[in-house]
Amino acid sequence: MSLWVLVTVSFLMIHLVPGDPVRAALGMTAPTELVEAKRQALGLNDPLLTQYVHYLGNLLHGDLGESITTQLPVSETISQRLPATASLAVLAFLVAIAVAVPLGVTVAVATRRGRRRRTELAFAGGSVVLGAIPDFLVGVALVAVFAVGLGWFPVAGRTDASSYVLPVLALAIGPAAVLARIVRVEMLAVLETDYVRTARAKRLPARRIYLRHALPNAVTATLTLGGMLLASMVAGTVLVENVFSWPGLGSTIVQSIVTKDYPVVQGTVLVYGLGVLVINTLVDVALAVLDPRSTIGEL
Amino acid sequence: MSQRWIRIVKTPVGLVGLSLLSLIVLLAVFAPILWGDKASVVDTENLLAGPSAQHWFGTDNLGRDLFFRVLVATRLSLTLTLVATALGTVIGLVLGTAPELLGGRLGRLVTALVNVFVAFPGLLLVLVFAVIFGVGARGAVLAIGLAVAPGLARLCQTLVAGVTGLEYVAAARITGVNRFRIMARHVLPNVAEPLIVNVTITAGAILLSFAGLSFLGLGVQAPEYDWGRLMQDGLSGIFVHPLAALGPGIMVVLAGLAFNLTGEAIAGVFGISTPTGTGTLRVPTDETPVTDIPHDHAADGDLVLDVRDLSVTFPGANGPVRPVRGVSFGIAAGEAVGVVGESGSGKSLTALSIAGLVEEPASIDARHLTFCGTDLLEEPASGQTRDTLLGTSLAVVFQDPMTSFNPTMRIGAQLAEVGRHHQGLDRKKASARAVDRLRAVRVRDPERRARQYPFEFSGGMRQRAMIGMGLMGSPRLIIADEPTTALDVTVQSQVLALLQDVRREEGAALLLISHDVSVVADVCDRVLVMYAGRIVEDLPTADLRTRARHPYTRALVAAVPAMTTDIDTPLATIPGHPVEPAQVPVGCAYAARCPLATVRCREQDPTLTAGPGGSRVACWHADEPADVVTAEEALA
Ligand code: SF4
Repeated sequence: MSLWVLVTVSFLMIHLVPGDPVRAALGMTAPTELVEAKRQALGLNDPLLTQYVHYLGNLLHGDLGESITTQLPVSETISQRLPATASLAVLAFLVAIAVAVPLGVTVAVATRRGRRRRTELAFAGGSVVLGAIPDFLVGVALVAVFAVGLGWFPVAGRTDASSYVLPVLALAIGPAAVLARIVRVEMLAVLETDYVRTARAKRLPARRIYLRHALPNAVTATLTLGGMLLASMVAGTVLVENVFSWPGLGSTIVQSIVTKDYPVVQGTVLVYGLGVLVINTLVDVALAVLDPRSTIGEL
Repeated sequence: MSQRWIRIVKTPVGLVGLSLLSLIVLLAVFAPILWGDKASVVDTENLLAGPSAQHWFGTDNLGRDLFFRVLVATRLSLTLTLVATALGTVIGLVLGTAPELLGGRLGRLVTALVNVFVAFPGLLLVLVFAVIFGVGARGAVLAIGLAVAPGLARLCQTLVAGVTGLEYVAAARITGVNRFRIMARHVLPNVAEPLIVNVTITAGAILLSFAGLSFLGLGVQAPEYDWGRLMQDGLSGIFVHPLAALGPGIMVVLAGLAFNLTGEAIAGVFGISTPTGTGTLRVPTDETPVTDIPHDHAADGDLVLDVRDLSVTFPGANGPVRPVRGVSFGIAAGEAVGVVGESGSGKSLTALSIAGLVEEPASIDARHLTFCGTDLLEEPASGQTRDTLLGTSLAVVFQDPMTSFNPTMRIGAQLAEVGRHHQGLDRKKASARAVDRLRAVRVRDPERRARQYPFEFSGGMRQRAMIGMGLMGSPRLIIADEPTTALDVTVQSQVLALLQDVRREEGAALLLISHDVSVVADVCDRVLVMYAGRIVEDLPTADLRTRARHPYTRALVAAVPAMTTDIDTPLATIPGHPVEPAQVPVGCAYAARCPLATVRCREQDPTLTAGPGGSRVACWHADEPADVVTAEEALA
């Protein structure tokens, strides 16, 4: 269902543009014959349904059409640029998890039942503020401090490992803050449950109570919310890539929107949408694996 | 309503949020008027200059002052945000109420579509819509407004669905009021508060989206400028002076925070609906010292558990509250002791504090607390040794078997970890022991059962497994806190019988907490009767029916029709209400309900005094023949 909506929206997008998209793309000065020829080539003169069927058919073959401005196949552009974006998103995701889960758990354990009020306040305040700053602003701030100010990392571009540091941080900090908050809240709830009390009655080492008994139960609930966050991280790459002139899909989509290169826009939107769908599916699968009930349900 | 708004300002979050918001609104209104000119003055001497006394944020490529430009940009940024918010809210409301108004297939279709769109991040939707509506401020407003609509629509749907189930809405429907009217009159006003909160927070998100879109060059176009646009211009010059990009960025963050904080403050105040005025609670400060009665029914060396003057204290709004106030008793090896009392009598807390399961902010005090000769009050030299002792010799069975097992771990593993951590068994041996223990508590097919998760066990089965968990070691004492209360009547006696068998086989003592006198009478050798955090009587079970000396004990017994009959809540028939831990009166706590109460009872607290045969009672008029008010009489 979501997939169908995604494909259809990306198809319809071009038709919902007011006026003639080809005319818009080529500019007012382009000769009428050229526009007409382009329309013909793009199949825009066929009935809508035919175009739709055609579009779906091409999609199955991995054919996303070709760019109006560069004439290059869209699929080629995407496959060239996707790795840069994907690696960025995956790394940022890993960093966010690696920071948020231990942090959330530690703070939850340290501040449960009203202990260490100050730590709690500092954490709450810090995570709210960090979570509220949009990723591209974090990016700009990071560039200003670490690239321009201190000169530790490159300002822009994708060269070696060090060029990854700032964009990944820019993407990861906000979600990590929000995620850490969620983990903490979930953890606090789980720590009050009867089964954690049972674990305590068994006099297990504290580490085992927190990591083996409490954490898996907290993660189940965290994942659902975390999935949304990850999906928005994928979209967040668009902005962050533009801060760092990152040669990924995010730069492509923005450029092509500005130049009205609709086939490219269509293709990239589709890829981003797919990325989100994949994440949502992965989250569902992970939930099923973690929750014994649902695995049994599937069998 | 207006009082609530005042309360919002009174919370620190609300105060910061609202003042930030007002500041921004003021800037939006006045900045263009006051500084509009300054912001567009071209200073060719100072192109792309860094911050200086003259230009706080420096200048742009035309030498225009960036500080003023940032201030002036407030108006456009805020206006666009508000327009998009309004647009999104209206569409969200329409889509959100549509399923209810349209009903049937069409309604479900709307719901399904909204759900699909919600799955995609807002920014992606914004980009798609930006393509359709074109680059520029107008396109951006439309795009962002549309992009936030699904989220608001979903929220609206959920809220509306929650309210339409309520009785008065159903009543309105039955009387034939039309759907639109119901929506407008009955439903929407009831969901307004959470909606306002979410719209406020969404406005914050919209503000950030605008900044993002303009920053990408897809939003506001030159010569107009909002914060995002200024940031984009600033980014190219970030080498020269970072403030050009950071300045507008800071404003974006502040404005975003203003909306978020305000929203959360509103949510906080609307969520809190407790009355502010609390009754005058009195905590007696002059505690009557509890005389220590030696437990002369068993030699001290023989005691598995020895508790003297145990109290549990919670910090309360009006001073500390003590639900357990000086409890002393001992349990001999192999002895079964029951604790009965109404809820709130402190019996469960007593059990939990002995098991070391009472946590902060509650604190435990006792003059003496030993288990198997080990002092539980002292910080042990080796925590490990004590944990192992308690982990293997003290078994705890909790009230609700449905929630007391970890839902994500297999039953066998939950048993086996005791063996692994306290008995040094390896994984295989521990699992084998777990299976063996499950067999010992008569779980059929234990090998298969051990591999199952808690949800695959029935309540009775889980309680057996819980007992089995206690048998992983060799328990000297089993603490069972209302072990059968949550179970079906038919299973209750099986679990009790199992507890009895296990106790005999293992030679373990039992501390059985129950509100049910008949359960305790069936299982235990001795009964402790608790009232208002104290033991009021301690007597052999055999004497319970005929020789109870405390009026409360007699009332408890009288409330049970026949000692052997299972009955759900036999205590409900004692007239009056139990004492709240926060409001323990001076004198005997039971005086208000006691048929024998005299002036002395109301002034002086009776102490627990030893009587014949090792029994103890705390009552000035113990043994006095009394017409205990029975259920029948109370009703008459
Ligand atoms: S002390 Fe007095 S009020 Fe308390 S139980 Fe005995 S007779 Fe009743």
